[in-house]
Amino acid sequence: MAKDTQTPEVIFEAEDLCISAVREDSTDLPIVKDVSFQVHKGEVVALIGESGSGKTTISLSALGYCKPGLTFASGEARLLGRNIAGLSTDELRPSRGINVAYLAQSAAATFNPSIRINEQVTEAPVLHGTKTQEEANKKALDLYRALDLPDPETIGARYPHQVSGGQLQRLMAAMALCGDPDLLVLDEPTTALDVTTQIEVLKAFKKVIKDEGAAAIYVTHDLAVVAQIADYIVVLYNGEVKEAGPTDVIINAPQHPYTKRLMAAINPLPEESDAVEPHGHAAAIEVRNMDAGYGRLSNGEPAAMILRDINVTIPKRKTIGVIGESGCGKSTLARVMAGLLPQHSGEVLLDGVALSPRLEDRRKEELRKVQFVYQMADTALNPRQRIKDILGRPLTFYHSLRGKARTKRVLELLEMVELPPPFADRYPHELSGGQKQRVNLARALAAEPEVVLCDEVTSALDTIVAANVIDLLTRLQDETGVSFVFISHDLSTVASFSDEVVVLYAGRVAEIGKVSEILSPPFHPYTRLLISSVPEPRIGWLEETTESQAQKAGLASGVELRKTGCPFVSRCPVAIQGTCDTIDPPKQHGTDGHRIECHRPLDELM
Amino acid sequence: MLSLILKRLGIGVITVLAVSVIIFFGTKILPGDAAQIRLGQEATEANVAAMRERLGLDKSYLQQYLTWLGNFVRGDLGVSLASDTPIMNLISDRYQNTLYVAVLTAAIGVPISLTLGILAAMFPGTLYDRILTFVSVSLVAAPEFFTATILVLLMVFVLGIGNAVVVGSADGKNIFQLIAHFALPITTLSFVIASQLIRMSRAAVLNVMSSPYIEMAILKGVPRRRIILRHALLNAIGPIVNVVALNLAYLVTGVVVVEVYFGYPGLATLIVQAVQTRDFVLIQGLGMIFCMTYVLLMLIADIAAITSNPRLRHPK
Amino acid sequence: MSIPDHHTHYVAPFDADVSFDELPDAPPSQAYRPSITGWIGIVITSFWLIIAILGPWLAPYGENDLPFPDDYSEFQEPKEGAFLGTDVEDRDVASRVMYGAGRTIGIAVAATCLAYFIGVVLGIGAAVSGPRVDMVLSRINDAFLSLPTIMLGLVVVAAVGSSITVLILTAGFIYASVVYRLARAIGMEIMVMDYVEAARVRGEGRWWIITREIWPNARMPLITDFGLRLIYVILFISSLSFLGLGIQPPQSDWGSMVRENLGALQYGTSQLSVIAPALAIATLTVSINLIVDDISAHGGGKLSKRM
Repeated sequence: MAKDTQTPEVIFEAEDLCISAVREDSTDLPIVKDVSFQVHKGEVVALIGESGSGKTTISLSALGYCKPGLTFASGEARLLGRNIAGLSTDELRPSRGINVAYLAQSAAATFNPSIRINEQVTEAPVLHGTKTQEEANKKALDLYRALDLPDPETIGARYPHQVSGGQLQRLMAAMALCGDPDLLVLDEPTTALDVTTQIEVLKAFKKVIKDEGAAAIYVTHDLAVVAQIADYIVVLYNGEVKEAGPTDVIINAPQHPYTKRLMAAINPLPEESDAVEPHGHAAAIEVRNMDAGYGRLSNGEPAAMILRDINVTIPKRKTIGVIGESGCGKSTLARVMAGLLPQHSGEVLLDGVALSPRLEDRRKEELRKVQFVYQMADTALNPRQRIKDILGRPLTFYHSLRGKARTKRVLELLEMVELPPPFADRYPHELSGGQKQRVNLARALAAEPEVVLCDEVTSALDTIVAANVIDLLTRLQDETGVSFVFISHDLSTVASFSDEVVVLYAGRVAEIGKVSEILSPPFHPYTRLLISSVPEPRIGWLEETTESQAQKAGLASGVELRKTGCPFVSRCPVAIQGTCDTIDPPKQHGTDGHRIECHRPLDELM
Repeated sequence: MLSLILKRLGIGVITVLAVSVIIFFGTKILPGDAAQIRLGQEATEANVAAMRERLGLDKSYLQQYLTWLGNFVRGDLGVSLASDTPIMNLISDRYQNTLYVAVLTAAIGVPISLTLGILAAMFPGTLYDRILTFVSVSLVAAPEFFTATILVLLMVFVLGIGNAVVVGSADGKNIFQLIAHFALPITTLSFVIASQLIRMSRAAVLNVMSSPYIEMAILKGVPRRRIILRHALLNAIGPIVNVVALNLAYLVTGVVVVEVYFGYPGLATLIVQAVQTRDFVLIQGLGMIFCMTYVLLMLIADIAAITSNPRLRHPK
Repeated sequence: MSIPDHHTHYVAPFDADVSFDELPDAPPSQAYRPSITGWIGIVITSFWLIIAILGPWLAPYGENDLPFPDDYSEFQEPKEGAFLGTDVEDRDVASRVMYGAGRTIGIAVAATCLAYFIGVVLGIGAAVSGPRVDMVLSRINDAFLSLPTIMLGLVVVAAVGSSITVLILTAGFIYASVVYRLARAIGMEIMVMDYVEAARVRGEGRWWIITREIWPNARMPLITDFGLRLIYVILFISSLSFLGLGIQPPQSDWGSMVRENLGALQYGTSQLSVIAPALAIATLTVSINLIVDDISAHGGGKLSKRM
């Protein structure tokens, strides 16, 4: 909360701000409508909303900037008391980088690839003459240290592609802070990061914002992140403020139905439940001792072995969640099951019968039983086919349905995924993101499969839409008895919806078991890291979690594949040198199919 | 990066070899016998046979090809069938003329076009940009002889300058006299490459100008001059060099039409004559020279593209 | 709204029944409407297309007829009966331009279609087939692309002589290599799309994937490029004719007309015999280019305004 409520010094103030898009026929389309809020000294104000809410557009108004194609329509945006809406670039230039600084979503795109990092970090204050090059260098060095960057003395001499994504994100914070700005504008600065990296970056941001005493506008779609960093929250929907208030009020006692829905869409990690379901379901798909990778060496082995020694069973009518950071081999596992990537060794069994590794060698009936749903509905649906053709083709292909029978079934499928019948005649680009993903699902269901492989199907969707899709998946499973393999980087989504969870790390199964087993001790150290990284929408969570031992592991660089030993060894807080890095971890079996691959005995992993 | 460049060089050498195969065997399917052509229709059969042996035409195609390639590498292009003189002698004076025009065009046309193109990219949507874009869109599609005709009419009949259509020998002239002497061919070619260069360099710079790091520089309050000179051009240089090399390669084609149009003795007029007289030894030699120049320029374009990538310039 | 008092709780008025389902996607981009330059291009191109088809019927004289048989003198000024004057052999320039239109445009369109047929079949084929087929086809193609087109044309004409068939085949094959590269690139781009993979996972055969998944998506960019390629083929054929290696007398096209009348620039009384065919080619190619340019309207560049 703001400390100084008696004499608030207003850094930035939006009053009845309206921003419009200028269309080709030169009519205006309002993007931001009558938005008002204040940012006080030393305070973080969060703008929260889904795509299309205008949150980024509003945040950029603090720099007097509109994206090309947009224009300030009316209202004021006052930075330090001066209305900057509609000022020319030359009038704004002295303020930018000094009074107000910007942090973009993707640091990789925001750093100039041809200029050394330090020059870019120190550029603003040196050009504006508020610091000499030496002063700026010293400030930059202090910031590198404060941001926990490795080799702070030399990192500035590198080029942007020579450091990792998480480091670059922190370097961008240094770039923004180097000019001692009064106001920072942060646009989804952690969204592109892995969960484990996100915590570290978030922590670093919070620390420097506090140390520098800067005010900040923090743009995000993630309420859990907001709860950690913001003092004041502005909830936006379709360019309008729906609710605004201090963080604890918005988080704990939201009033507006939209805010309530946003809160409801967050899946907290389920409390440990002891409702253990009985085993005994037949396996739909079983993966045995499977190795797989890309490329091909002369000895026949893959050049890059992505998956090693995978043993997973997908029971009928159940959902298996597959979780891990990017680069852990989640999608590769699904691709092997689908036959898109022939495995190097081991086998994939469908109903107890081994499937051919190659797609081309599988029978039509086998292909029908295993369906794949892609993450990006945009690229998964052929833009030149109508929805009825997209859904109708598998009906004709697998079930020889034609004419009226086919049309009837298409409409049934649309109804199943809660889309109205007229959608059959539409093209994919006439649908919204969530609707496309529903069509995507319906296409898989049209085959009447036994197993549907869902590859990050909710990752590209807005919070509420994603929650709706998850509800739909649950319903469809009840209705059709299909098994889902649900791949996601988001543990809370996986845990809320799956029966069992596979934790993958660098191509190995770190831990596998029922959700309740995964979420309760004993933990694989990586599972512990993942669990502690899931942001919770409550104030103070960030401080608690960063103290924990497990979180320290997140500091290390990203996922690296290892040929021998446990791949997690470089990040593991309890690694045994000489053992973990040379010997493959043993499979330790707990209760009820729970399995952990770790050298530490289970009782040490409590 | 070095290994990538070496690989490109290797591909370049292979390409030249492939080109030599195409040119050699392409001219081999020509109906007519080289020995017969050299000796004329009245030659006796015995004489023709003797000539065939002297020219090595009795050997297998593969042997002939290897001999020809070996000689080419040593600078021996053989003897013209039509005029019975060594090709090197035929080429030497004409080579200069072609080179003068090409080099002067590059030296004058390229800097002007690049400046125009980059300026257009810096002020997109302005009247200047629109006019320049319209003119270059028009010129890019106009044939060389149209541009040449307009220029000739303009210079000779409106301005009353010079005897423009036939350009004679360039012996003993200094650089300014050369420019004046070749004014029309140089201007024509400059127009032809300018339209492409303006469009492509504009596109290359615009592409860089719309990247997020330029937006970031704007939001850091970096002055316009520095955004262009430090942030944008540094990343646009590679694409621009690529564009320049591609357009110089295009000169190889343009020069043929322009030489014939203005009727001055260069390599291109020679090759057209060679085609008309079916002097395929001459075609082979000249074809190789033109193609090698072309391949070399394409190679430069390729290498420019590689070196412009900062990830390759500064490896991890 | 007014600025909410800073630390109070502001709740916008709401209707309890309104749902907050996702906003629909942006409306689909509008269909292509030609700009002014686009219209200029369309009008001029259509004009030449009509001339190309109806030329022989519209022309006042035959291709090699003399409009003034009693008054033979070359390069006559425009006058009644020959509104563009006469050429080096005292033939009617206007009539010859009309006859030439059909030949220039006809040959170019035929050659471009041939180039497209070969290029698209092989290019999409290479994209769909495995990496080995692609390697072989692409390497051969690279060798052809590394030759200046005019040199290839010269070698072919030197080898087999010139005729309309040879011109169409030569230009068709030469430009097929460019089309191949484009079609392959577009095909490759579509091949990695998830919907193609979805079709493969479904078990669809290669023919289905090519005709139903790839072709409908490759069609538009290829058609746009057709115009551009047509320009280059017109320029190529005109250049060959101008060099005396294309259309042979007594037939003529625009390129060869420029060649035979080049003397007019130096000592002719009327330069129209050179200007008219050269202008014909230029207006045709430029107008096609205006259409192509208008369709592929320039994007980007908006950021520079905010600098």
